[in-house]
Amino acid sequence: MRMKTLLAGSVLMGLAASFAAPAVAEDSVYIQLPTYRTGPYAGSGIHIANGMSDYLAMINERDGGVNGVKIAFDECETGYDTQKGVECYEQAKAKNTLVFNPWSTGITLQVIPKSSVDKIPVLSMAYGLSAAADGNTFPWVFNPPDTYWDGLSAIIKYIGEQEGGMEGLKGKKIGYIFLDAGYGREPIPLLDNLAQKYGFEVLQYPVPGKEMQNQASQWLSIRRDRPDYVVMWGWGAMNPTAIKEAVKNRFDMSKFIGVWWAGGDEDARAGGTGAKGYKSVSFNNVGADYPALQDIKKLVVDAGKSHTPASTIGENLYNRGVVNALYMVEGIRTAQEMTGKKVINAEDMRLGLENLKIDEARLEAIGLKGMIAPIEITCANHSGHHPLFIQEWDGEKWTSATDWFSPLTEEVTPILMQASKDYATSNAPWPTRDDACPAN
Amino acid sequence: MDMLYNILIDPFVQMVDAPDFLIQVVWEGFVAGVLYALIALGFVLIYKASGVFNFAQGIMVVFAGLSLVGLHQKGVPAWLALILAIGIMAILAVCIEKFVMRPLVGQPDIILLMATIGMTYFLIGLGEVIFGGEPKQMITSELGLPTGSTAFEMGERGLVILQHIDIAAAVIALLMVGGLAVFFNRTRIGRALRAVADDHTAALSVGISLNQIWAIVWFAAGIVALATGIMWGARSDVSFALEIVALKALPVLILGGFTSIPGAIIGGLIIGIGEKVGEIYWGGLVGGGIESWLAYVIALVFLLFRPQGLFGEKIIERI
Repeated sequence: MRMKTLLAGSVLMGLAASFAAPAVAEDSVYIQLPTYRTGPYAGSGIHIANGMSDYLAMINERDGGVNGVKIAFDECETGYDTQKGVECYEQAKAKNTLVFNPWSTGITLQVIPKSSVDKIPVLSMAYGLSAAADGNTFPWVFNPPDTYWDGLSAIIKYIGEQEGGMEGLKGKKIGYIFLDAGYGREPIPLLDNLAQKYGFEVLQYPVPGKEMQNQASQWLSIRRDRPDYVVMWGWGAMNPTAIKEAVKNRFDMSKFIGVWWAGGDEDARAGGTGAKGYKSVSFNNVGADYPALQDIKKLVVDAGKSHTPASTIGENLYNRGVVNALYMVEGIRTAQEMTGKKVINAEDMRLGLENLKIDEARLEAIGLKGMIAPIEITCANHSGHHPLFIQEWDGEKWTSATDWFSPLTEEVTPILMQASKDYATSNAPWPTRDDACPAN
Repeated sequence: MDMLYNILIDPFVQMVDAPDFLIQVVWEGFVAGVLYALIALGFVLIYKASGVFNFAQGIMVVFAGLSLVGLHQKGVPAWLALILAIGIMAILAVCIEKFVMRPLVGQPDIILLMATIGMTYFLIGLGEVIFGGEPKQMITSELGLPTGSTAFEMGERGLVILQHIDIAAAVIALLMVGGLAVFFNRTRIGRALRAVADDHTAALSVGISLNQIWAIVWFAAGIVALATGIMWGARSDVSFALEIVALKALPVLILGGFTSIPGAIIGGLIIGIGEKVGEIYWGGLVGGGIESWLAYVIALVFLLFRPQGLFGEKIIERI
């Protein structure tokens, strides 16, 4: 993939790359992995890409695929660029991918309308359009285990607990520093809603994509405004720069909380010892002592079949890439069970994802017990709004600062359902679901 | 009425109420300005010698920084890595002169600009192949550069924090400017370089080697890029996102003129301080995030009065 960038502009290489396609045998299924190992967001994207591809490779090596069906996969470099992401989607469609993982909210928003036409499920794990959790309106989009709105509500709930209860939020000032893109703007409607309900003030600090490594102004504003807490929605080079600036400006790190994508090991490490106490909400534990990760190390990484440095196995974003691949593999397995077919197609995959259930027993069998909470996706609820926890950087690694706890689901759901209706209305005629979900 | 108060009065009330914060804002703007000026210097050097707008200056900053950190990560001691990184920039300069500039002698300026855009993408790819796409932490302390900060208390709650690395950046920038001024004005090569800048053909006719001069000037721009990469990398990380930040030098060049070293410095400081003060005291009126375009507004306002830039040469062509 890097070589592609090196030779960008070279017609010969471009043609050669366009003809390259993975060999898909009759007893295999194909999944494209849109990734970004290059560009300003590579610092985050590389670990995710490694985790995803290593897990799929391990399933092929250890189990011979899913019930004997190998997973053929390749990567499509998006550079976190929406236009390139849509090109990857078109390539994935042409190659009959089972599922499309955009790995960018901007790309997700672009492919949502296409997915229902092309009948390709979009798996936007804990990112993308929060309202897409409504399976009745978005039958082809999945965002487990939680939406951005779940993540934000969990952070606000945690802050409330630090203040002695949700009523303690009244009169507080909460700063929101965010990547000024679809991703960073996604939680703002809910943030404003919760601010009105609980009586806290929101101070917004947008960081333009071109200024990710030049955040002095935002942090000077934070220093002037003295918010009680700062919540961060950052990605790529924005995260380490923000943490460094927070340390530089002597912001109380225990009151600086990022979304799960602002929780990379390298993000926090950049702040040195001063970053101790920085927090981020999370849906997966860190560490490499899980049997499945040990299998990855033995069968894939040590065998020289991976880009991954062994030292990064078990880091936060790597494990999150593994979780994304786990959802896909279990989605295939579920689809196989439900359809009775071994080699499934994208429509079958949607059925698998819509009935995905990974309980404790299954997690133990997989070899990832304890890494994530059990999850269940239903026809009507494509996210699940699962429990989350707060992790804290101890200066060297992430540690759990809380037990698993539920986001403010009851408060978020009505707003989310309204947003879903609004989306369908503003994008009319929005396709209706063929098979209505059973009432819960 | 409220709007007028918020624009014309309130920002100044804030400045008077919290002078420590104003000092901090100006200092941060000064440091940003120094870094913009360093990037702009690289552009100016190339433009002065060859009339080429070097679009690749930003990626040269990244490439130089990555070379330094990448070599250190491979076990090379920091100071040796620094020397080797300088060597890499020298090799790069020679290659650019031989394989890009020389074959394009006499071509229109737009062709040379396109060539530097091509070089940008080539260097991005080469950097990613050699060093990987992950951001890397600058080896600040290993290079003997100062870390930490000094805080000055002002009044009951006032506080001004100066990062030692920022002070070092300012000092190094001044030394580089001084060094380049001496190089241009007091050395034989410097005079030859100015002759090339004035008129290629005339310079050639008196025996000045165009190829040699171009290699030297690209090497000088590489050294400036390395210094910029170290300083900016110490503030954030060395990553490919820095290449975009380097475009902040454009308003500096518009303001200071494409051919003036003092212009790059003064322009950098005006833009750096102006955008920070504007963002902090006036940005909130429009929801923040104005500094990315405010720099261009500042530059354009100056252009209304001095179209050639603050220190640019006024060219009068008689018809």
